[in-house]
Amino acid sequence: MKLQKASSFALYAVLELAANPEHHLSGTEIADKYGISAHHLAKVLRDLGRAGIVEAERGVGGGYRLSANPKRLTLLDVIQIFEPVGPESSPNGDSRSATDAATALRVVLDELDDHTVATFRSITISTMLKLMARRPWAHSARASRSSRRAASRR
Amino acid sequence: MSFHTEHATMPIAIMKPRPVVQDMDRLHIRAAIASDSPALMALDEEVTGLAKRQYWKESFARSKSRRQSPRFVLVAEANGRIEGFIVGEIRAWEFGEPPCGWVFAIQVRPKIRLKGIATRLFQALCGAFRHAGVTKVRTIMARDNHVVLSFFRSQGMMAGPFIELETTLD
Repeated sequence: MKLQKASSFALYAVLELAANPEHHLSGTEIADKYGISAHHLAKVLRDLGRAGIVEAERGVGGGYRLSANPKRLTLLDVIQIFEPVGPESSPNGDSRSATDAATALRVVLDELDDHTVATFRSITISTMLKLMARRPWAHSARASRSSRRAASRR
Repeated sequence: MSFHTEHATMPIAIMKPRPVVQDMDRLHIRAAIASDSPALMALDEEVTGLAKRQYWKESFARSKSRRQSPRFVLVAEANGRIEGFIVGEIRAWEFGEPPCGWVFAIQVRPKIRLKGIATRLFQALCGAFRHAGVTKVRTIMARDNHVVLSFFRSQGMMAGPFIELETTLD
């Protein structure tokens, strides 16, 4: 599955602000770190501000800070600001079609959507920060590298 | 057993006031003993609204059994009162998988949640699993149980290699 650019940018910003609770960060700082459009990120940050997730402070030393509780804020809370998630997000073919094939396909796609919603809803920003600190992907990459090496020696 | 998180169904009028757990150092995690059985069943029923006498009877029997897979029933106790519990078991070769620890139930009294009690119970169970030689922990839960699902996520658990399937028998 792929998230829309705005959702990904919003999550980068929220994670960055949650990881630096003592600092105000500018949109440009965040955009530079992630190599994304500062212009697009500014629009995303405005939407996050309207949703009460971030707060902006003007002037010297100003910037954005997270105003939501990272232990309560979930991925779903952020993503839903920018795109629909779940059964309502996918047209799943022609909704007017009442054929058995269309209905059966909708049932299967709804199953996937239900899992997507449950996953996004169960992961908080704090949990994401823990995941980033733990970096389990580095461990699996190391494990697959060493198994490749072992296989090449055989 | 499911991970119900509904609030207490016991009428407030008959609940005796008890000291609220303020100091988490006074809370300790230990293996349940037979005399904990009524308190455990009452806490489970208070939180889920379901009495499961047979389940608890079997769980206690399994926790003592040397012939069956080891089942762990751990309790969080403070001021002489059981405030939470966790139930788990090591199962070998279920679904074709080598031995791993399964978490079947975790429950903390609603009034004293968000104090890290569930984390301590989970860590203690993981310690017991580790001590028994397993390195993988699994659980299954309802998709719409956001509270407990978020808890397990916060403990580092992620989707495993299985998909749970079911059907209704005619």
